[in-house]
Amino acid sequence: MLQFILKRLGLAVLVAFTVSFISFSLLFLSGDPAAALAGETASGEDIEAIRRLYGFDRPMLVQYGDWLMSALRGDFGESYYFKLPVASLIGDRLGVTMLLGVCGISFALLTAVPLGVVAAIRPNSIIDRIALFLSVAGQAMPSFWFGLILIVVFAIQLGWLPPSGAATWKHFIMPTIVLGYYAMPAIMRLTRAGMLDVLSSDYIRTARAKGANETRVLFRHALRNAIIPVVSLAAVQMGFMLGGSIVVESIFALHGAGYLAWESIARNDLPTVQALILIFSMFYIVFTFLADVLNAWLDPRMRSS
Amino acid sequence: MKLTVLKSTIAGVALAAAASAAWADKANDTLRVAFTKELENVDSYFNSSREGVVLQRAVWDGLIYRDPVTNEYKGNLATEWEWIDDTTIEFKLREGVTFHDGSDFTADDVVFTVNYVADEANGVKTQRNVNWMKSAEKIDDYTVRIMLKDKFPAAIEFLSGPVSMYPSDYYAEAGPEGMGLKPVGTGPYKVVSVVPGQHFVLEKNEAYHDSPKGQPTVTNVDIRTIPDVNTQMAELFSGTLDLIWQVPADQAEKLAETGQFTVSNESTMRVGYLGMDASGRSGDTPFKDIRVRKAVNHAINRGELVEALLKGQSQVISTPCFPSQFGCDVDAAVSYDYDPEKAKELLAEAGYPDGFTTDFYAYRDREYAEAISSYLNAVGIDTNFKMLQYSALRELNMKGETPISFQTWGSYSVNDASAMVSQFFKHGSLDDARDDETLEYLNIADSATDPEVRKENYSKAIKRITEQAFWAPMFSYNTNYVTTKEVEYTPTADEVLRFTTVTWN
Repeated sequence: MLQFILKRLGLAVLVAFTVSFISFSLLFLSGDPAAALAGETASGEDIEAIRRLYGFDRPMLVQYGDWLMSALRGDFGESYYFKLPVASLIGDRLGVTMLLGVCGISFALLTAVPLGVVAAIRPNSIIDRIALFLSVAGQAMPSFWFGLILIVVFAIQLGWLPPSGAATWKHFIMPTIVLGYYAMPAIMRLTRAGMLDVLSSDYIRTARAKGANETRVLFRHALRNAIIPVVSLAAVQMGFMLGGSIVVESIFALHGAGYLAWESIARNDLPTVQALILIFSMFYIVFTFLADVLNAWLDPRMRSS
Repeated sequence: MKLTVLKSTIAGVALAAAASAAWADKANDTLRVAFTKELENVDSYFNSSREGVVLQRAVWDGLIYRDPVTNEYKGNLATEWEWIDDTTIEFKLREGVTFHDGSDFTADDVVFTVNYVADEANGVKTQRNVNWMKSAEKIDDYTVRIMLKDKFPAAIEFLSGPVSMYPSDYYAEAGPEGMGLKPVGTGPYKVVSVVPGQHFVLEKNEAYHDSPKGQPTVTNVDIRTIPDVNTQMAELFSGTLDLIWQVPADQAEKLAETGQFTVSNESTMRVGYLGMDASGRSGDTPFKDIRVRKAVNHAINRGELVEALLKGQSQVISTPCFPSQFGCDVDAAVSYDYDPEKAKELLAEAGYPDGFTTDFYAYRDREYAEAISSYLNAVGIDTNFKMLQYSALRELNMKGETPISFQTWGSYSVNDASAMVSQFFKHGSLDDARDDETLEYLNIADSATDPEVRKENYSKAIKRITEQAFWAPMFSYNTNYVTTKEVEYTPTADEVLRFTTVTWN
């Protein structure tokens, strides 16, 4: 088990470096950072001066190395746009994104897994149909549209919830549903498929034959095995939610890290974008790693692979 | 550092969960406003956003004030001023004015502010707003002189716009970062709290001096950044916002139709134009030929663009400047009417009977750029349309690699033609015309102290630019302000939202 964990850990670190380097180099294709910094009125000389001042004239590999060394010390530099330390800027906003991510994935799991189980127990029943409809709709509906529909119904017409902002827990209800709904269909389909597969297997038949009660069969024997792929999917979805809640954050005016990343790209705010990419990829990598470990713990066969 | 991130993260979560919603309305005398863009820094010298200008006018004052309706200059922090010579202005300062932190406003504050912002090393973001000043000198506590680097007749206009006075002691200590987080000025509104980029709370300055800006009536102003215009509208509908602005034309129309809101439209100084590479910086381009440039001017139905897309107070523009700007002589400009047949003839004369293909760049307003593109296609100019980030287009532009591009310029609300014509036609890195005759006129116009001489030479420059069709000026922009029926606000043509003139119905 320890060997498995170490191997996965090494792989995770390698992925982190690769991702950060690729993103770092891609950013230089999105326009001249010196020109963006200098602003609308700058002359060619101003831009040259800024290029030298910020070291954009050095080879990209050197810039990457420099940045990585500081980042390892926890220093992500100063945001070009806000002129504030990137670490505190992100610190201020990561809270909202993490809260949203945790709420979103919890909502998705708490609704999708039970629905998937019920759908698998009664395949082709009315509940299965409803679940199928929900999942198709969830995949097909863009989240900005779904978000606006919720706002129109619950904030404007019913007046139950505030339309946007992050001041109270009520502000997080609609964003949670929108973000969670997007992850729901995949989790539900996977739960359903896994359950169907497991329920038709020999050992379940054996369990039933020896007279175990149905609840015990379903939850003790079947779900435990069927849930394994769901765990890794949920981990990936969680990583996605932390980095990809851009649209939801924008619609509900939640000033989180996702929205900051999106805006920082448009503003060519390199230090902020680089730090966020690193943090998001770390989330992704950490969650994937945790999923692997969890899977290996749930299913000893995976440890050898 | 890691710990700091963690700590502020936890603080962020706690804050998000604990802070109670401070919803208010007319009953609480709080005006709730939305910004669309995240403002980088409230310190007006260190941002270049429209939102920044709005806060600047509320929190700080300039020495002079230009009435946005009559365009008349009035004393604000200065009561009178006088040109000592071509490069020196002397100001008598208003006595008894205090900053929000209680300190007195004196000549020392003017000297400090001017010397600080004029020093390029301090990195003021929009250098053009300040780099004409050399230094300031105290004569006595309420008399001060500002020295100019060179003759600069638009000085009064800049002093009544982007140049605000800061408290010397506080600014020396706090710097731009501290000023951005806790701004202190003399203006009609005090800043109560700032969450960078997200939330700004202002409170009426009860001790505001007898300023031409007028006394504020609304007690509190609560500004939140809501990036999505649909969400802003939802907030308006659910009664949690009182005023939104920069609302797109189609949305504003729908809001007006509901009858629940007051929608007002005003023109802005922003002008859209097609820049063409007349000097051939991008290689041997067809745009070097004046007939091709004239053909472009004739090819586009600007009236239709204004009517169908921009709407509101937008107008067709034929000058390389905004008509209200000093020196922007509309009569001097050659105007090209929409005549696609003539455009085709001109192209044929120039040796392109079947048209040609060119790269066409834009950085904003994709729908306008696409409409322009299809007009060009209709006369045979096939466009390879490329939409870029502003900074990327800017870079290409400076290298002279854009044969034709759709660009816009807002002149930073400076009501003087130099803020636009001189920005683009004085052989700078953005000048694709590089015309010596134009340069000659502009050099005279920019530095003459006699207004008549300035006017005459701007007119000549405008005539030359339009005769040569270096650009194809398109239209001016407009902006929509939408308020609840409880709010009374009359917008001005300079796109500056002034809280002092907002009242409750």
